[in-house]
Formats: sequence, C-alpha cells, structure tokens
Amino acid sequence: MNVMKAHMNARSRELRRAIVETIDKSSRRGHIGAAFSVVEILSVLYDDILRFDPKNPRWHERDRCILSKGHGCLALYAILADKGFFDRSALSGFCMPDGFLGGHPEYHKIPGVEASTGSLGHGLSIGVGFAMSARIDKSPRRTFVILGDGECNEGSVWEAALSAGKHKLSSLTILVDYNKQQSYGTTFEVQDLEPFADKWRAFGFAVRDVDGHDTCALRSALKECPLDPAKPSVLICNTIKGYGSAITCGNLAWHHKTKVTEDEIAALMKSLGEE
Amino acid sequence: MRKTSLNMVYEMAKKDPRVVFIGSDLGIGTLKNFKEEMPDRFFMEGVSEANIIGVAAGMALDGRVPYINTIATFITRRCFEQVVLDLCLHNVPVRLIGSGGGVVYAPLGPTHLATDDIAILRALPNMTIIAPADADEMKRMMPLTLDIPGPVYIRLGKGGDPLVTTSLMEKCGLTAKTGKALHFRTGNDILIITTGIMLKPVMDAAKALEASGIQASVLHMPTIKPLDSKTILELATRIPAILTVEEHTIIGGLGSAVAEIISEAGNLPKIKFKRLGLPDRFPEVYGSQASILAHYGLDTKNIVLTAKGLVQK
Repeated sequence: MNVMKAHMNARSRELRRAIVETIDKSSRRGHIGAAFSVVEILSVLYDDILRFDPKNPRWHERDRCILSKGHGCLALYAILADKGFFDRSALSGFCMPDGFLGGHPEYHKIPGVEASTGSLGHGLSIGVGFAMSARIDKSPRRTFVILGDGECNEGSVWEAALSAGKHKLSSLTILVDYNKQQSYGTTFEVQDLEPFADKWRAFGFAVRDVDGHDTCALRSALKECPLDPAKPSVLICNTIKGYGSAITCGNLAWHHKTKVTEDEIAALMKSLGEE
Repeated sequence: MRKTSLNMVYEMAKKDPRVVFIGSDLGIGTLKNFKEEMPDRFFMEGVSEANIIGVAAGMALDGRVPYINTIATFITRRCFEQVVLDLCLHNVPVRLIGSGGGVVYAPLGPTHLATDDIAILRALPNMTIIAPADADEMKRMMPLTLDIPGPVYIRLGKGGDPLVTTSLMEKCGLTAKTGKALHFRTGNDILIITTGIMLKPVMDAAKALEASGIQASVLHMPTIKPLDSKTILELATRIPAILTVEEHTIIGGLGSAVAEIISEAGNLPKIKFKRLGLPDRFPEVYGSQASILAHYGLDTKNIVLTAKGLVQK
C-alpha cells in the first residue's frame, strides 16, 4: 500500500472518484478493478500524449487510442467526459436504458471512442489497420492500443503482433495493463504469459517495462516512443488490479461487481478521499 | 470469376485511392500488377484471417475501402467474430471476396467447402451478400460494390463458369443493380429462384420443362442480402409453385430467405414450395464440383424432376 500512496496524486484520485460516482448514480455495476488498473495509463495518454480535438472527435489527423480491453471502459468514460468529448452528466447513464455508455465502449455511440471493443483480441488488429492507413497517407498521426494481460491469451493478439512487427509500425505503441490478474486468478495460474517481454521482442517490438501507476514514469516512457525508430513499441505497464483503494486493490471480487451497495460506495469514496 | 473480380479491384484501385487490397497467402503472382504499380496499397498478410479482418476494419474506419481475398471458408468461419464485430457492428466498407463458394473445392473435402457461408453471413446486420452467376456478371457488379457503406461478401464460383448472363440481360433489357432480382424467364406454372452459378442448370431446366408443357419463370438473385422481396412477392401472387435452387446447405440460405418472405406475406394464394440445396450433413464424397452437385441433385436433370413433381403435386 505504501507504493500505492506514493503514486496516487490528486488527478488519479479524482478520476477514480468519478468512476465510483458513475457506478453510484447509474447501474451499480461494472468492471471496477479493471478500470482502476488503467487510470494512470489513460490519464497520461489523454493529458500529455495524444493529439485530439473533443469538439471534432473525428478530426482525421488525430492520434488514435483504442481501449482493447473494453471492460475497463469506466476509466475511459471518466477521462473522455473530463476532456469534454461529452457532458459529465452522461456518466449517470452507464449501462442504463436511456444512456449511451454501455458496459463496453461503442464506436458509433460515444464521441472519442475509436473502436467498439469488449470481446477481447480485436483492438490490436484494428490499431494495426490505423497505423498502416496513416503510413499510406504519410501522416504523422500515431496509434495507441491498450491491451489487458488476460487479453493476451487470445491468438488474434499475436496474429496482429506478427503483422505490426513485419511492417515495422513505429507509429504504433501498445500499452499492456499487466496487473497479472484475470477473472479466475493470476495470469500465472490461468495462462502464463512469461517471459512476456521476450515474446514481444521476438515478434519485432521494442519493449520497456514501466510502473503503470507512476504517471511520471509513464509520461517519460511514452514521450520516448517509438523506442526504436524501426519498430513498434510496447510498454509493459506493471499495474495492480483495483489499484487506488485498499478495498479493491488486488481483490478479484472487484474484477466485475454487480449490486454494489451504498455502504461499499461510501467506503470506496472514503478510501479514495484519503491523502 | 475470381480473375475477373480481382482484376476489377485493380482497375478500381487505379481510379480510386481509397481502394486497398489485402490477401492472406494467395497463389504466387496474384495481382502482380497491383503490387508493382500501387505497392503502398497492396498487402499479403499471411494465414491470419482474424487479424486481416481487424486490420481492414481499421483502414476502413480511416476512410479506405479494403478488398480482402482468401478461400471462402476461411474468410467466413475462421474469423466469424471479427466479421460480426469489426465489420458489421462498425458498419465499415470492407469487401470479402470468398474464393470457392459452395463446393468448388470438391477434391479438398469439408474443410474447404463453403456450404454455410450465406447462412452465417445472412444473419449479420449491415452485411450485403452477392453471388454472381458468371464472370460477366461479376464485372458488372464489382463497381457497384465500391460505394456500399457497409461490409459486402462477394461469393466466387470456380472460374471458367459458363457465360450466361450477358445475353439474358440484353434479351430482357435489364441493368445490374445491387439488391435487384433479375427476371430472366417468364412462365406461369412454376417460379424457380436461384443464385450464383446454379443459374445455368436452372435455365437449362426451364427450357426442358417447356418441352414438357410446363412454363417456368426464372428469377436470378445476384444479391442475396438485401433480398428483393418485392419482386419475389409480385411473382408469388400469380404463380402457384416456387422452387429454390442453390449451391448451399438447405438451412439458412436463399431457400430459407424465400420461405421466410412468402410464409409471412399473409395475403398469398396457396403456394407449393420446395427448396433444393445441399443436405444437412457434411459432404461424404470428393470428386469435382459438378459431380458433388449431381450427387446431391443439384443438376438440370433433378431440377426438372423436382419442378415437375411440385407442379403436379
């Protein structure tokens, strides 16, 4: 927990509180652990790295960011609302009949969402397509794809990795949310990915390990991308599922939670309010 | 038909910078001219259909019109979820050119027989399905695919299929249009509805039936989805028997689509109805496309017999 407190800044707390408020005011459900895991990854991308225009979400020369682990969408919705892609009041429609923010993000419904994801193993191929398309245009626009570690069980991720490596897509950066927990248990017991960095290297990527909750470290690593001018980059972001609150931190019961109670909401908000 | 289809992709790419081509691991020299003249828009991405569909979706979301070609089974079954989500859910203009629709790859066995492609793709929102009868029709239809806003599946025949459509189009004064049925023969005893390369044996059967005193209408459906239900229903109001003929499993294809339309119409007179297609089992035999079709009764002789039986029922 000391590690956690060292990295949690006001921005990280604010975004996590927005996630809890979303659940509180809407369907009382969601992949809370998965969302808390990617808060810093998303906030650094949207605060410091990506070029975009929330008033013109389909601006052609924008950078593309795909949350391929679509179940972490609560964090994406919090940041998109924060950036003005849509009004914050929309968050209370999460998974609700009259809302447009579903349990997984949809391209045609949500401004700022670049691809509909939810079924794992789709986002990287779409991202490779974005990067190849930018290359045809000789455009400097870049593509960022956030993968889950459990998602890397999917063969299609590695088909896409082969393709990205073959084309030396240096405009493509993957951020793997390596919290080492999937739905049933640890990644080591369900489907071990190690040696993970070596696998990416073997597929033609330049690889770096980074603390996925350390915004300074993330910012620094992302600003250095492409890590190799002739290769796609992958940042293996070492994270903790449910990071940010002692209640959810590393607790698989919060991977996907339904019927979240008033008491749990209060406890989560309290834990996130602590300095 | 495949050669014509791919050559049309090349011709369209020369004129339209949105067009890109993606193959899996096609035969050596495929679209050599495309690769040489427009290398930045030609891709051969290996035996990885799921990735190819996703990559094409990404390009299409970016404003391009990717044409993908590989064997029909692999471009439909192998990457089905990518087709559903990456293409149909996003409703992007990706074109799937499926080589060997039906039983073209007869000698290669069930792994290569695309006998369920129409059924599985017909269930998908936003998908257009076209199945030309010959190379001439392919040449007429390919340019029509360019500006369809959503995904399109283009079902290819074997190649060297008999050329039947051009003379019929001219004789009947018809022009090619996506989603439009082609009424190639008029008769009031039975309506035979078909698609793809089955048009030729159906036309031959209609001629043979005439010699037996049975007047058959023939309706060719180069577009299976969206299906021209208006034309089917117009004919169904005045023709008492309908026979569908397709190189596809009896479940879920053209025959099923026609059955759905006429059974829900409500105001039709009583219609005698029969579907001819492949039975609900994996083909047990090898041989040639023609021999498998004949084995399962998808030849002129059996179409005539079935039509007679239906009319005289």
